[in-house]
Amino acid sequence: MAFESFAELLAMGGHGAYVWSAYGVALGILIWNIYMPLRVRRQFLRQQARLARRGGEMQ
Amino acid sequence: MNENGTGGSLLRAMYAQFRRDLLMAYRHPQDVLNPIAFLVMVITLFPLAVTPEASRLAEIAPGVVWVAALLATLLSLDSLFRSDAEDGALELFLLSPHSLFFLCLARAGSHWVTVALPLAICAPLLGYLLSLSPHAMWVMFLALLVGTPLLSLVGAIGAALLAGVQRGGVLLFLLILPLFVPVLVFGAGAVMAAQQALPYVGHLALLGSMLALALALAPFAISASLRVALS
Amino acid sequence: MWKWLHKLGSPPWFYRISGRWLPWLAVASAALLLVGIGWGLLIAPPDYQQGHTVRIMYIHVPAAILAQSAYLMLAGAGLVVLVWPVRLADLFAEACAPVGASMTVLALATGSIWGKPTWGTYWEWDARLTSVLILLFLYIGVIALRAAIREAEAAARACAILAVVGVVNIPIIKYSVEWWNTLHQPASFRVTEKPTMPAEMWLPLLPCVLGLYLFFFTVVLMRTRNNVLRRDRRKSWAQNEIHRLNASGETEHGV
Repeated sequence: MAFESFAELLAMGGHGAYVWSAYGVALGILIWNIYMPLRVRRQFLRQQARLARRGGEMQ
Repeated sequence: MNENGTGGSLLRAMYAQFRRDLLMAYRHPQDVLNPIAFLVMVITLFPLAVTPEASRLAEIAPGVVWVAALLATLLSLDSLFRSDAEDGALELFLLSPHSLFFLCLARAGSHWVTVALPLAICAPLLGYLLSLSPHAMWVMFLALLVGTPLLSLVGAIGAALLAGVQRGGVLLFLLILPLFVPVLVFGAGAVMAAQQALPYVGHLALLGSMLALALALAPFAISASLRVALS
Repeated sequence: MWKWLHKLGSPPWFYRISGRWLPWLAVASAALLLVGIGWGLLIAPPDYQQGHTVRIMYIHVPAAILAQSAYLMLAGAGLVVLVWPVRLADLFAEACAPVGASMTVLALATGSIWGKPTWGTYWEWDARLTSVLILLFLYIGVIALRAAIREAEAAARACAILAVVGVVNIPIIKYSVEWWNTLHQPASFRVTEKPTMPAEMWLPLLPCVLGLYLFFFTVVLMRTRNNVLRRDRRKSWAQNEIHRLNASGETEHGV
């Protein structure tokens, strides 16, 4: 272990803000990457369900 | 059309294409003059925006003139294929029995002669307004002479990709500007080297080798893009 | 080999098999990333010069590697689109571009955050950061071009050409930017590539890089599957699948 306590881990030797904001950005971008395809899929399926209820695709 | 072998008729087809483009430019001089007017105006903005002080202007001059010339070339490229796509001339271009590679080369060549070459001649003279030294102006001209055909060739790829898109405009800049980075680096680099009395031939040689590469490869990309645009 | 390629090019087969791989990929990537980043943040020793800020490396370096290899994959898929009529290659390329762009943004963001404590500024015109920025511009071009062309087939081929042209230019751009950089500033402090980095410091990078690669493939597969379903939505296998998914109530979850 490189750290003695949890507080030291948070502080990162005085550079905590930089290290943790970098990982925060990373987490945000990873979550965006997971969320986007799920949202597209859900919207697509909803749209197809609506079309099916109206009796087949119109186009 | 093919009566005396493909070699001779190919050259003739290239010549015909080239001549037609020159004729079009002659009939629509706006296409040639507008980029030059744009160049003059952009370069005038810098002393107003930065400083009229000669020494500081000379420092930024190589970059400013290069960026302005590059943007002027790109502006003129936007319409390179679009009007031909709209009036059906492009369809004939694709239907021609001749190698599309060479016809695209001729098209890029005519663009260079009508638009980019006048820019390459005017831009160093405009450098005078930014207190560029005569030696630097001469090197600027040489660098533009090697660099602008590169801009015409690479830019034509973007213009061909967007030939079928109604509103190209900003999109062409997005596609092509990153590809112009090496030309800008070595082109402006040559002028800056000349300003500091350093050897500049290396930069020109690098620009020349990039031009050779572009001459060999870009027409493939242009013709493939035109086929897609009209499919 | 060819038969396998042909099968991989068939959308229903791909959809079925990728659905089976997806959970495993996701689990493996999450496990590797947790191990690698946990190792990097908690156990790896601090750098003797940079202290604990060096821990940003464990996300920055994998993101930078992926940013570049995603563009290579995009161009590779583009080449396939131009040479063989494999529809799947384009659906893959369409999925690659935004994910690769997000990795480029991640590499830029973590790089500039790392720059503040080491260089004293968030943005330094360093050769590496600059060429990654231009890589982002290349991604933006491909994404914008796809958005601009209505017809799917034409968009696929146009994006493929642009990606291949871009990949030919990448080495030239990189070289010119490096040259420009050495001209304008004396070699500044390099963040990565320190030959003396001890093994305890670079070892955690391995699971991080591998984990982010698997993460990339997980989300790209998710997007590719969406694209396959969308493009084949009028075919019977896709209709059945859409019907099955809607019946199983997948749309009821979430927002």
